[in-house]
Amino acid sequence: MSSIADPIAGSPVADAKAEAKVAAAAPAITLPATGERELRLDLFRGLALWLIFIDHLPTNLLTWLTIRNYGFSDATEIFIFISGYTAAFVYGRAMLEGGFVIATARILRRVWQIYVAHVFLFTIFLAEISYVATSFENPLYSEEMGIMDFLKQPDVTIVQALLLRFRPVNMDVLPLYIVLMLFLPLILWLMKWKPDVTLGLSVLLYALTWQFDLYLSAYPNGFWAFNPFAWQLLFVFGAWCALGGARRMSRILSSNITMWICIVYLVAAFFVTLTWYVPQLGHIMPKVIEQWMYPINKTDLDVLRFAHFLALAALTVRFLPRDWPGLKSRWLRPLILCGQHSLEIFCLGVFLAFAGHFVLAEVSGGAALHALISVCGILIMWGMAWIISWYKHSADKGASKKGATGNADLAGGGA
Amino acid sequence: MKSARTMLGLMLLAATLAAAPARAGDTPEPAPPAPPCDVPAYLLASESSLPKVTDAVKANQPLNVLVVGSRSSTIPGNEASAYPATMQAALKEAFPAATIDLSVELQAKSTAEETAGTLVKLVEAKKPTLVIWQTGTVDAMRAIDPDDFRTAINDGVVALRGAGADVVLVNLQYSPRTETMISAPPYLDNIKVVAQQHDVPLFDRFAIMKQWSDAGYFDLFSTAHGVDLAKKVHTCLGRALAKFVIDAAHLGPVQQN
Repeated sequence: MSSIADPIAGSPVADAKAEAKVAAAAPAITLPATGERELRLDLFRGLALWLIFIDHLPTNLLTWLTIRNYGFSDATEIFIFISGYTAAFVYGRAMLEGGFVIATARILRRVWQIYVAHVFLFTIFLAEISYVATSFENPLYSEEMGIMDFLKQPDVTIVQALLLRFRPVNMDVLPLYIVLMLFLPLILWLMKWKPDVTLGLSVLLYALTWQFDLYLSAYPNGFWAFNPFAWQLLFVFGAWCALGGARRMSRILSSNITMWICIVYLVAAFFVTLTWYVPQLGHIMPKVIEQWMYPINKTDLDVLRFAHFLALAALTVRFLPRDWPGLKSRWLRPLILCGQHSLEIFCLGVFLAFAGHFVLAEVSGGAALHALISVCGILIMWGMAWIISWYKHSADKGASKKGATGNADLAGGGA
Repeated sequence: MKSARTMLGLMLLAATLAAAPARAGDTPEPAPPAPPCDVPAYLLASESSLPKVTDAVKANQPLNVLVVGSRSSTIPGNEASAYPATMQAALKEAFPAATIDLSVELQAKSTAEETAGTLVKLVEAKKPTLVIWQTGTVDAMRAIDPDDFRTAINDGVVALRGAGADVVLVNLQYSPRTETMISAPPYLDNIKVVAQQHDVPLFDRFAIMKQWSDAGYFDLFSTAHGVDLAKKVHTCLGRALAKFVIDAAHLGPVQQN
């Protein structure tokens, strides 16, 4: 395992001294020392995958557990940030060792895998809604059923889906990820030159997006639900942290002032969120703040959401050291396993969410059935992650040892 | 997101209601009325007002209501059972002495922006006291930019107020079968924002129908092809909307069903 797991290793904070010497002579970016796999990344990516799955299901008891109910940001932020971090980690190493062309080639192979996964999910989606369209004709919803009109032009729809312009609800994350990965070679190349300038450019693009309302259009109309021009900020920030930024920030991260700012912000966000659920509290909120704050824009990664994620991440890094023994406990094993095979588990999660909707629609059941479906979904995700890792450890053993290092698929990185 | 909020809200609400006294000015929680038209009080309470409606009813002048909406404001072939008509009936019941006129303007496939452009002319032609503007579904289906959607609603509300009418906004239906295909939350959120900014009463049709579905009053997942369900839901929506209007206009005690 260690031979294939090494790409995601090293600590952003702890190796600071050892790395400092290397950093002086090395190019602008530095990679943490090869060592043990960074389990915190796997843990939180696994968590994000579970939360995304639960959020894609109709509301049920488990929805209470998802972080979006307690603040501004949600699992998508975690997922994109960690994806940026691991992708930069894996392919940044490839770029330092093999050069720009090799790294780009590997990234493009990964992009292709994600694209195929997306098309596969689209096929399943098409089957589901075709079924709904043919079997469901409730006059109450004659208007909403108009959404099926695209089935009248399957040729155009399918081509647009292949072009990533037609993306049903809940299928927005992978196209975003494909676009971000396509630009990863450029990002890494710039990072190799000057990481801080790259991050600065990313912030600039984010600001320009808000200023000039940049967006990608979708088919048949509308726009991308996750605006890549805005969400790249999290991805690039993740990459920047992976390539030495986190280490340089370690003083800021360990300061008490930062901690208190984070705590105050998270508590404030929690109270704001509470007013959404308890309408009685609504009148406590000053109107001025409401008007300034709302709507909190997910499409363009609202600053409030980004800040909320930063605060969460800062506290996590502070209070959850990378050598925390709990990371090895078997109770967290399912989460870590899922995080290590994120592309597969993400796709499975989207599929299970479709299936869950379907079951809930066909079988009228109460809250218990809702919760049961969520729990079953998570168990299936865990089971699948276990099988995939079994394949990699046992079934494929010896079949191909070559290309083990730096391969994002093996590293679980990249997705 | 909205549905999650609603769900959480309901559960937290139960907890807070048990612990804290109801807010001053709220009607006290009545004994639970019989289903299927029970709506939690907080979904029918609005802090905004409808001064023109209040004046018209108090002065015994005819109350002229104009409903502007898309296809979910009607039941094809059964207009008399759709919520505008049942709301009119409920208002008549509440104010037997008053004249309640109703006109319905359906713009089946128009986005909020397209509808907003027609509002001033409509108000000039029909001279309504109250305009009930149901919107959002077409925009959600076409995935219109939520910012453009918000601007359109904003402009529409300003135009209606400027033309001298009170406004009530009505949001999307709760449609569980199309939840995986139509993304309602951004549109629900943006209607809410405009309602807050302009102090416009917002009839939260989505939350109310979701509540009915969760409580088991209606099976909104049903594959039945008949119009029975649609008629029942619209009857309940009409009554709830009438209650909401009466409450927002501060016209006497809210009747339960």
